[in-house]
Amino acid sequence: MKTPIQLTPPKGPVELTLPKARQIEGSRAIAEAVGLCRPQVICAYPITPQTHIVEELSAMVKTGELMDCEFINVESEFAALSVAIGASAAGARAYTATSSQGLLYMAEAVYNASGMQLPIVMTLGNRAIGAPINIWNDHSDAMALRDAGWVLLFAETNQEAIDLHLQAFRLAEELSTPVMVCVDGFILTHAYEEVELPTPEAVDRWLPKFQPRQVLDPAEPITMGALVGPESFSEVRYLAHRKQLRALERIPELSAEFNATFGRNSGGILRTYKTEGAETIVLAMGSINGTIEDAIDELRRNGHAIGAVILTTFRPFPYASVAAALKNASQAIVVEKSLTAGMGGPLAADVTLALANTSTPVYSVIAGLGGRPIPQASLESIFERARDRELPETTFLDLHWDAVNQAITKELSWTPHT
Amino acid sequence: MNVEAKETMNVEAGQKIKFYQTGTLTVGNRLLDEDLRTVQASEERSNAITSGHRACQGCGEALGARYALDAAMRAANGKIIAVNATGCLEVFSTPYPETSWTLPWLHSLFGNAASVASGVAAALRRLGKADIRVVAQGGDGGTTDIGFACLSGMFERNDDVLYLCYDNQGYMNTGVQRSSATPPTARTATTPAVGTAPGNIFGTGKDVPRIAMAHGIPYVATASVADLHDLERKVTNAMQVRGARYIHILVPCPLGWGTVTNATIRVARLATESGLFPLFEAEHGEIVASSPIRRAVPVEDYLKIQSRFAHLFRPTRDDAHLAALQAIADKNIQRYNLLRNDHGNDARKEAA
Amino acid sequence: MFQVRIHGRGGQGVVTAAELLSMTAFTEGLHAQAFPSFGSERMGAPVAAFCRISNTPIRTREPIADPDGVIVQDPTLIHLFDLFGGLSKEGFVLVNSSRTPESLGLSAILEKLPTGHVRTIPATEIAREKIGRPIPNIAMLGGFAAMTGIITLKALAWAIHTKFPKALAEKNIEAAQAAFAAVQHAIAGEPIAARGEELMV
Repeated sequence: MKTPIQLTPPKGPVELTLPKARQIEGSRAIAEAVGLCRPQVICAYPITPQTHIVEELSAMVKTGELMDCEFINVESEFAALSVAIGASAAGARAYTATSSQGLLYMAEAVYNASGMQLPIVMTLGNRAIGAPINIWNDHSDAMALRDAGWVLLFAETNQEAIDLHLQAFRLAEELSTPVMVCVDGFILTHAYEEVELPTPEAVDRWLPKFQPRQVLDPAEPITMGALVGPESFSEVRYLAHRKQLRALERIPELSAEFNATFGRNSGGILRTYKTEGAETIVLAMGSINGTIEDAIDELRRNGHAIGAVILTTFRPFPYASVAAALKNASQAIVVEKSLTAGMGGPLAADVTLALANTSTPVYSVIAGLGGRPIPQASLESIFERARDRELPETTFLDLHWDAVNQAITKELSWTPHT
Repeated sequence: MNVEAKETMNVEAGQKIKFYQTGTLTVGNRLLDEDLRTVQASEERSNAITSGHRACQGCGEALGARYALDAAMRAANGKIIAVNATGCLEVFSTPYPETSWTLPWLHSLFGNAASVASGVAAALRRLGKADIRVVAQGGDGGTTDIGFACLSGMFERNDDVLYLCYDNQGYMNTGVQRSSATPPTARTATTPAVGTAPGNIFGTGKDVPRIAMAHGIPYVATASVADLHDLERKVTNAMQVRGARYIHILVPCPLGWGTVTNATIRVARLATESGLFPLFEAEHGEIVASSPIRRAVPVEDYLKIQSRFAHLFRPTRDDAHLAALQAIADKNIQRYNLLRNDHGNDARKEAA
Repeated sequence: MFQVRIHGRGGQGVVTAAELLSMTAFTEGLHAQAFPSFGSERMGAPVAAFCRISNTPIRTREPIADPDGVIVQDPTLIHLFDLFGGLSKEGFVLVNSSRTPESLGLSAILEKLPTGHVRTIPATEIAREKIGRPIPNIAMLGGFAAMTGIITLKALAWAIHTKFPKALAEKNIEAAQAAFAAVQHAIAGEPIAARGEELMV
C-alpha cells in the first residue's frame, strides 16, 4: 500500500523575485518559446487542444510583448497553413499551430509546404481523429500525415517542447524544410509544470535572422510551384528524400549545440533510459515516456533488466539509430498511441523494419487511444508479461473486451432485409 | 520545384516590347492622347506574361491575364507579386523548366490562392515592403467553388490583395466540367445536353461579384476581354486603393464554349451587350458605375454562336429556356440600369 | 509525492485551484504539476483537476488514481461519483459545505481516515463575503493548507498575486486567510466560523 511521502517542510516562498524556472501552462511556455524565435507572421484557426497556444500568441502580439509580428485570424486550418506558405515564400518567418481534424483539413497544404521547401514551423497539439469525434490525446493526427515530407519531432515534457521549438526554427531555416513539433494535447498543452525559458538575447544568438533560400521579389523574379512533368518529377522527389536524410544528420548536431549553448540535453534523434544491460527495451514517443521511466525504475528495483528508448525524431525515421539503440536487447516493446486499422501500430512497423536484420522480436502495445489513461500499473504488468515471454505480438492495453465482444456479436447477427 | 525565371525567359521584365500588330484596337490607339492610350499601347509595358506559353488559340484567359497584370504592374511601378490558383493559367504558363512569368509568381494549390496572397501581403507589410503589391488570380473554379472559403476570408479581413477571377464559366483545365459559374442550360461534360432539361440546371450558380460586395470591401468590378480598355482602367482603379479588391473578368474559352477561335472578343462583347454579363464597379458594397448598353442584343445572338448552347436551337427550338435566359439578361439590365440614356433614364421606357 | 484531486463543477474554478496549488508548491521550492481532466465540459458539469507535488521532478502525467488529498468544491457530487476512490489511508478530504461531514453522509470515509483528515468548510459563503462571488476554489485551498500543512498560506498568497490582478488577488487572499483560520479553529477544537479572523501573511 502506498503511504504519502513526507515532503520537505514548507519554508515559505524561496524567491519572491522572478525565479529562473517558472510554473506555467505548457501552451503558455510554447507560445513564449515561439515568441522568442521572433516569427513575423502567425496565422491560426482555433482547434482544441491547440487553442491556448494561439490565444497566448495573439495576446503577446496585441500587447506588444511580441513585436514586429502579424497575427492573422483565418477562417480554416487550410487557410492557416496557406497564409504561412505565402508569408514564408515572401521571406517572413512563419508559424502556425493545429491539432487533429485541423491537420487533416490542411493536409493538402501540408504536402505543398514541404514540396516547396518552405521552412514553416508548426506545433501539433496531438489529438485523436474521428469518427467517432474525440478531443483527447493520441498520435493519430501526426501518424496520418507522417509521410508528408515534414520533419516530425515529439516532445516528452513541456521543457522539451520549448527546446524543440527553438531547434525547429534553426533546422527548418538551415535546410529550408518545414518542421512540425508534436506535443501531446492536454497532457502537455494544458499541464502546469516548471519550465525554463532562455533569454531573448540567448535565442537571438542561437537563431540568426531568417534568410530565405528562395523569395518572391520583384527585383529578382522567380516562378515557384511550376508544373513538373514525368521527365523531372522523380528527381524532385529524390531531392526531397535526400534533404530529409540530411536532416537526420543535422538534428543530433543541433541538439549537441543546443546543449552547449543552453545547458540542456533536449531534442536529438532519441534518448536512452537505463538501457545498459537491459534485456527488454521499451520504445515510445511523447509524454508517456515519463510514466514508462517510472515503471522501469519500479521494475528495476525488482531486478527486471529493462530500459527505454525515448524517440524524439520520428520523421525522417532514424532506422540506424533505432537499430543501434536496441541492438543489445533481446526484445523490444513499442508503446504507441495510434492504431492503423487493418495494419497495427505504425511506429511498431517502423521499428520492426529498423530491426529487420536482427533476430530481436518487436512487440506492439497500442495504448492511450482517444485519451484513455495509461496507468503505470498497466504498463508494469505488460512489461512483466514480456519478461516472462508471455506477450502476444500486439496488445491493446486495458481494452474492454466485454464491450468489444458484444459489438462483434451484434455485427455478426446482422442480416440484410429480404 | 522553382524555376529561376531569368534562366529561361526570353524577355526580361521592363524590356521594350516589339509590336508586331500596329494600328489595331488590340494594341491600342496610339493616335489617341497619351493619357487615353492603353497600357498595352506603351512600349514601356511590363509584359508580365510573355509569349511562348501553351494557351489554346483564342484563349480569353491568357489575353485577360496579360492586360490585367500589365496594368497592375504599371500602377505599382513594376512591384507586383502574383499568386496563382491551380488551373489553365497556371498549367499553360509554367511547364517546368519554362515559365512565362516575368514577375515573381507563386502557385500553391487549387483552393488557397487568396490565403497564400494574404500571407504574402502580411509578410511584405511586416518586412517594410508594402510598396510591393499582391495580386491573386484564379479561374472560376478556383475562385467561386474550391477557393471560395479562402476568398471570403481574405475579403472579410480586408487583406491588401487584388484578386482577379478569370471566369470562363467552367472547369476547362480538366475537360469542361460544370462550376458554380456555369450558366443555366450550358452543356458541359458533367451537365450533358440530354434529358428533359438539357445542360446546366436553372436556379443554380452564384453571383460572386455581388457576394464580394456584401463583404463591404473597398472595390469590386466586373470586366471583360471585350473591353480591354475598360479592364485596364478597372485594374488601375483597384490599384489606387489598399485592402481587399476583386475584379471578375469574363474570359471566353473556345474549347469549353464551342466557339471559333477568332470569336473570343465577339462572344464576350455579346455577353455584355445582351445584359448577361453586366459591367460595373462597386465601392464599399455600393454600385458606383456601370457600362451602359447602346442597344440590347437578344440573348439568342450570344447563345447561337456557342455549341454549348446548341441544344437550345436543335433539333427543335427550346423557347421556354431561351425565354428564361432572356429574363436573366433583362433582370440585369434593370438592376444595373444598363439601357439608360444620357439622362440616366431607361432608354427602353422612354422610347415606349 | 503528494497527489491532490479536486472535484467540482465547471465555473467553480477547479482548474484554477489545481494550477494555484501547483504554483504555491513551486514557490515553496518543490516540484509540482497541475492539469485538468481534459473534458469538453460546460458550465455546471462535473469536472476534476489534478495536482502532484514532489521533492523530485515529476515524470508521470497520468490522471491521479490514488490521491493523498481530495478537495470537493461541490458537495452535490458526493453521492454521484466515487470521489474518494484510491484515496490513501493517510489521505485528506476537504468538502465545501456548511454542514458537518457526518450530515453529508461521509461516515464511511470518516471511519477509514485518521481523525481530523475529513473536514468541511463553508467556502462558498466565505467567497461570497470576501470576493463577492460564490467561487469557492481559493477558500478551499486556504482550508487545505491549514489542514495538510503541504503548503503555507504565505506561498499561496504569493501564487494568488501572480495569477490575479491586484484588487482581485487581495480579495482572494482574504478568502484564503478566512478559510485557513476557520480550519485552524476547528483543529483547535473550536467551532468553525465562516467569518474567521484575519491572519497576517
